[in-house]
Amino acid sequence: MADTVSRLEPQAHIDAEMRAISESYAAGGAVEAQPRRDYAPYRSSLLRHPTKDLQQVDPEGIELWAPVFGARDVGELESDLTIQRGGEPVGERMVVTGRVLDGEGRPVRHQLVEIWQANAGGRYIHQRDQHPAALDPHFTGMGRCLTDADGTYRFTTIKPGPYPWKNHHNAWRPAHIHFSLFGTDFTQRLVTQMYFPGDPLLDRDPIFQSVVDPRARERLVATYDHDVTQHEWATGYRWDIVLTGSHRTPLEQDAAEEEHA
Amino acid sequence: MTPIRTHSLTPGQTVGPFFHYALPYDGDSELVPRGTPGAVRLHGTVHDGAGAPVPDALLELWQADASGQVVQQAGSLRRDGWTFTGFGRSATDREGHYSFTTLVPGKSAPFFAITVFARGLLHRLVTRAYLPGTSDPFLDGLDADRRSTLLALADASGFRFDVRLQGEDETVFLDFGDE
Ligand SMILES: [Fe+2]
Repeated sequence: MADTVSRLEPQAHIDAEMRAISESYAAGGAVEAQPRRDYAPYRSSLLRHPTKDLQQVDPEGIELWAPVFGARDVGELESDLTIQRGGEPVGERMVVTGRVLDGEGRPVRHQLVEIWQANAGGRYIHQRDQHPAALDPHFTGMGRCLTDADGTYRFTTIKPGPYPWKNHHNAWRPAHIHFSLFGTDFTQRLVTQMYFPGDPLLDRDPIFQSVVDPRARERLVATYDHDVTQHEWATGYRWDIVLTGSHRTPLEQDAAEEEHA
Repeated sequence: MTPIRTHSLTPGQTVGPFFHYALPYDGDSELVPRGTPGAVRLHGTVHDGAGAPVPDALLELWQADASGQVVQQAGSLRRDGWTFTGFGRSATDREGHYSFTTLVPGKSAPFFAITVFARGLLHRLVTRAYLPGTSDPFLDGLDADRRSTLLALADASGFRFDVRLQGEDETVFLDFGDE
């Protein structure tokens, strides 16, 4: 139920803060590819971002490599989130696919991709999720797969619903799927979120807006793709993911490729 | 080698509060079974800028084996009890505490590579937990008070390495030139 006397700040305050940051970014001229860890409109970030400069260092030793995952780690069926609980989950069935690339456009092959998400009603199976929307007995909302030789991943799932949270009064997260990715180097490790085109909540969401560069933000939004959509079965979305570049020399990369060919 | 970037990268986003049923897995923090000869504990508490423990963080450990070699073996998600893969995960508990059971990396690889994720942390942070007593050019180049945040402390069961996300004694976090 909506609280009549909310102690939480109104959306308008958050909007004004986000607008001010956005304007000063546009005036600044420098390009920021990553979200700002120090982004006050996302209130939980206030005490959880470093205030000292990160230490510049060249990666060495273990940092030039990433863990390896294989068929023993991930079952074939783990990429289909609609068959995990012995019945059809409620909601819009969809396929999400794309390629994982490094900063030079090379496919990240045979590497682990993990996802988790809310159900069609915007509810996570997580204990701490208090949103009074129904749990779906046929949906857990987590999946895994390995990319193929072309760097392609593919999941079948349900379109997640938006959900409320307590950042401010009437705060709603736009629909999203959480993604966890590994590259060929430790330095490429990425956890992010995929969003849907045209979602009216994107402009109001401080987590999405913490990526202050508008073009970088767009790279978090999937594209509807009718060629991925399946006749009388599922809608289709495409989302490619680009990690940072590898710090290994080309020779080291070739050796690693041969090892895992 | 500095990476060349021809493709625009995908930004990070916070891991959020609801990762617990997706990212942790059975045996995630036990790189070796407890009781394995040479097994040690690498553990600590994650603190926020007010010194409060962070109960919804996730740490990942990536390290060389006991001979200092990088391991490229599958099996981290379904451990067979024999293969040391060098990778693990530990979500912090209600007191902000994480704990790994692992092996001490060999002399040529004097640190544990650590990635930190948390609700409220918009993009992952990386750091190094160096073995006590390590001296190397990178460490020696840091101010003494900053350097101490990267040194694990020996304790009865292995090593203690606390992570402070913000503040006076904030952990040194790394930028590999990709930020
Ligand atoms: Fe979420």
